[in-house]
Amino acid sequence: MQIYVPLLLLIGFVALNAVGITLVSHLITRGRPNPIKEQPYESGIPPLGDARERFSVKFYMVAMLFIVFDIETVFMLPWGVYFQRLSCTTQLLASGACPRGATSFFGFGEMLVFIAILFVGFIYVWKKGALQWD
Amino acid sequence: MSLPVLALLQAADPQLPPLHFWPWLIFSLIKLLVVFTLYMVAAALLTLAERKISAWIQDRHGPNRVGPGGLMQPLADGLKNFVKEETFPKFSNKALFLIAPMLAFMPALITWAVIPFGSPLPTRWGRVDLVLADIPVGFLYILAISSLGVYGIVLAGWSSNNKYALLGGLRSSAQMISYEIAMGMATIPVVMLAGNVTLGAIVMTQAHQGWNIVTLTLAFFIFMVAAFAETNRVPFDLPEAEAELVAGYHSEYSAMKFSFFFIAEYANMVTASALMTTLFLGGWDIPFTLWDNLPPFSVLKTLLTLVAFLGKLSFFLFLYMWIRWTLPRFRYDQLMSLGWKVMLPMALAYIVIIAAAILGLDALGVPRDWRFALSMFALNIVVVFIVFGWLDRGRIVSPASSRISAGELARLRTMAHRSTLTPRETGD
Repeated sequence: MQIYVPLLLLIGFVALNAVGITLVSHLITRGRPNPIKEQPYESGIPPLGDARERFSVKFYMVAMLFIVFDIETVFMLPWGVYFQRLSCTTQLLASGACPRGATSFFGFGEMLVFIAILFVGFIYVWKKGALQWD
Repeated sequence: MSLPVLALLQAADPQLPPLHFWPWLIFSLIKLLVVFTLYMVAAALLTLAERKISAWIQDRHGPNRVGPGGLMQPLADGLKNFVKEETFPKFSNKALFLIAPMLAFMPALITWAVIPFGSPLPTRWGRVDLVLADIPVGFLYILAISSLGVYGIVLAGWSSNNKYALLGGLRSSAQMISYEIAMGMATIPVVMLAGNVTLGAIVMTQAHQGWNIVTLTLAFFIFMVAAFAETNRVPFDLPEAEAELVAGYHSEYSAMKFSFFFIAEYANMVTASALMTTLFLGGWDIPFTLWDNLPPFSVLKTLLTLVAFLGKLSFFLFLYMWIRWTLPRFRYDQLMSLGWKVMLPMALAYIVIIAAAILGLDALGVPRDWRFALSMFALNIVVVFIVFGWLDRGRIVSPASSRISAGELARLRTMAHRSTLTPRETGD
């Protein structure tokens, strides 16, 4: 756990900097607000309505697809780390290679099944038009 | 070598023990402060470099009034932003409006913590590893923290209550999460070769069996494109496309809060460059020799590896700017289809290809040295040729109509209509 101490120090230090700089900058500057200055910027014309309106549902769609595919990536990472150990019936050599004649298709086959299922889902999403942005 | 600081350092024996707790903590603090300062200075100098390089590319002078050759320009800009009046739009959500720049700034400046930037430094008190925290989750930390940056941007866009800002924030979040998948998948071949997610192990693997740009060329290209998209840089700078969205998500920001977004963008660029260097260009490794990777470590080795690391880093930083002033911006539908329809299946297929290649080369008994690297490189040349020479041919992203003749276009259109798909689905 000791190895995480510098990380926490860094996060604390950066957070302190972020708040500190904002605070100091806020204290030494003087605001001279007026109604025109406080308007939302719309290229010079008086603002029309509110920005809190409905927006395209496609952004939600992308976020949903992202969750699915990102979790696939998360599943693939541990497989990637263990790939060489999974595809070797004996101990790996010091270089990380598998000794000749000891390779196995176990790890590769398992992932192929996973990727095949993922790919079917991907094709389905594609053909449904969820990736179409027009 | 005559600096007093260096007198404290000594040539190391091969089995240097790691530091005890207090010296380790002090060295950690020193590393933290030095790299943080370097990041802030780099962000400032990069704004100048950007303007100077753009001037050079466009045959202008660029900033040249403040200080010799305009060198003090970032300082003047920083000072100006520090004392400028802060504006708060009337209908904005004040709390989120205030927090958003900090949320963008923080992840940008804590991501570097796990990136090794030099060979271990021997000192009187033991071995100092030139990485702030070589935590076991390594690369996963970077993936996790760097994706937090999107919160700052999307909150800035939403809280401003400005139409441009909202669109910029939405575009940015959709873009960043889209390319994160391709980015994550492009790194899976890297961890497959290294058998580990710590960046130190990835650097060591590359030192022994060749840089990953040679063994995993296509993954490098995918990662690089995704890194450009993640940092919102041209040609993926749609969140702040000035021609359509004014300044995107930071349209309403002024003074120091605006500076935070700027610093975050440039710090993200530095981190992305450092990551590309570490994952694909061997990190601090000096090519064609194992001299720098093996003990005994010395101050000279540390300095040379630092120079190697910074050299590779600067190359990518220059590439960022070079591309910015060379390429036009994508359209949003092109950007999304590139991320989802091209890079994602490509990265997925590449994982399978590389897994099969590793398995095949092991079955053939190819040792993990230059022979392994050469075999992988040969495979990669074939793959890259298939992708860029045959699959792509400059038509995946660019509008087809601008590249082909009118007759050909008419023929393709009738073909598309005749197929079973509806025109909507073919994108016609």
